[in-house]
Amino acid sequence: MAKRTVIPFGPQHPVLPEPIHLDLVCEDEKVIEAIPSIGFIHRGLERLVEKKDFVEFVFVAERICGICSFIHGQTYCQGIEEMMGIAVPRRAHYLRTIWGELSRIHSHLLWLGLMADGFGFESLFMHSWRIRERVLDIIEATTGGRVIFGTCKVGGVRRDIDAATLQDILVKLADIERDVREIVQVFLNDSTVKHRTCGVGVLSHDDAHALGCVGPTLRACGWKSDTRKLGYAAFNELSFEPITRTDGDCYARTAVRCDEIFQSADLIRQAAARMPDGPIDVKVTGNPDGEFFARVEQPRGEVIYYLKGNGTKNLQRFRVRTPTFANIPGLVKTLQGCDLADVPILVLTIDPCISCTER
Amino acid sequence: MIEEQPIIPVTPDQLVAAVQALRNENWRLVQIGVTFIGDVFEVNYSFDRDLRFRNLRLQVAATAARLPSVSGIYWCAFLYENEIHDLFGIAFDGLVLDFKGHLYQTTKPFPFASVPVSVIPTTAAPATPANPPA
Repeated sequence: MAKRTVIPFGPQHPVLPEPIHLDLVCEDEKVIEAIPSIGFIHRGLERLVEKKDFVEFVFVAERICGICSFIHGQTYCQGIEEMMGIAVPRRAHYLRTIWGELSRIHSHLLWLGLMADGFGFESLFMHSWRIRERVLDIIEATTGGRVIFGTCKVGGVRRDIDAATLQDILVKLADIERDVREIVQVFLNDSTVKHRTCGVGVLSHDDAHALGCVGPTLRACGWKSDTRKLGYAAFNELSFEPITRTDGDCYARTAVRCDEIFQSADLIRQAAARMPDGPIDVKVTGNPDGEFFARVEQPRGEVIYYLKGNGTKNLQRFRVRTPTFANIPGLVKTLQGCDLADVPILVLTIDPCISCTER
Repeated sequence: MIEEQPIIPVTPDQLVAAVQALRNENWRLVQIGVTFIGDVFEVNYSFDRDLRFRNLRLQVAATAARLPSVSGIYWCAFLYENEIHDLFGIAFDGLVLDFKGHLYQTTKPFPFASVPVSVIPTTAAPATPANPPA
């Protein structure tokens, strides 16, 4: 038996923008076992709910993550609205859907850039992020923020998008799609990229489910699991099917995210075409009493908010299970038996968001 | 209501059998979470199958709380159980991968939550096993 060596990976590593640690037990160049550690930047945001009013806590929820900030706020609001029986106006649902899908597009483009950077394709990384900037410009034009939108609130949304701006967004989106199509060709067809992704980090159909994986990581293994099919926001009135692949490798996870960019653009077009008139919020009175598990599909997969109220202005419990947390067991499984050189790529293919995980 | 969310009460003794039954029916473990209510911990085990949601719920006294691990049924549960141990001080018997309070790499030792002092092991030094394998 070859000599075993434990190689520490992270919390500081070139492919890790945020800190997570893996102890990699290696035999020569093969990883035999990977042991994860988290908590380097644990912020204890769940406890903060005991001191913040449930209405203003949406600002904290949005700050759990800088990439899917809007969807965090949306999930929190949906949970409170379900608990309190608040009927959110349809227009607000549609606006939430549009901002949520813009978040998914810029998140996937961010990930594609990081992935390209991970396997050393720097020009591809720059192209991915150059296109992403234009999505952020749309978000800034409609919300005033590029990272934290601040538009979602309990009972609806704070800002509207007028018809002219909506048409402008669709024109810009068509241009973005055209450019994305060019880089997707490279991600899916370039031989040097495929050499790093095809057949690497295979997660079987059964393992992905048994390990509790979510999002593109699960769908790349053939599971048609997409929380948007629950029909929250405007998704019950829009036409789409979860995007899946069956190979369960890095290439499949990349392909799912690439296709989801176009799917999100299509959902925005559908939402814009069906955008109803009317108010964008309702007045909220009273305090939440009861409990609800709010489930929403973030770019990285299903996020769960458990909210429990006791009739006061402060919630009794606020618990978040983020998609990255759910995908860590799957990551540990794919790392077993991989080449040491593939570890950065495998870590990246679950699209880890540690700031979410360290809520 | 976006979806029905049935909550099935179980006792700690029934937990493993109930989770095994869901595993046999191909439910996905979605999360394990804890709420501190007065002098008890309320523990939720959430599952999903084809976008249907189900929840097992049990209560355990906060003092010297101890539960059977379900990580032998759902391997991924090791992460939730170690997290709960680090944040709330609940010990799990039979954990397949026991971090002994080291999953969360924080300067403050476990548990984080402001639970009764009696819950916090007095020997909570990092090297002390908090829940030896069953």
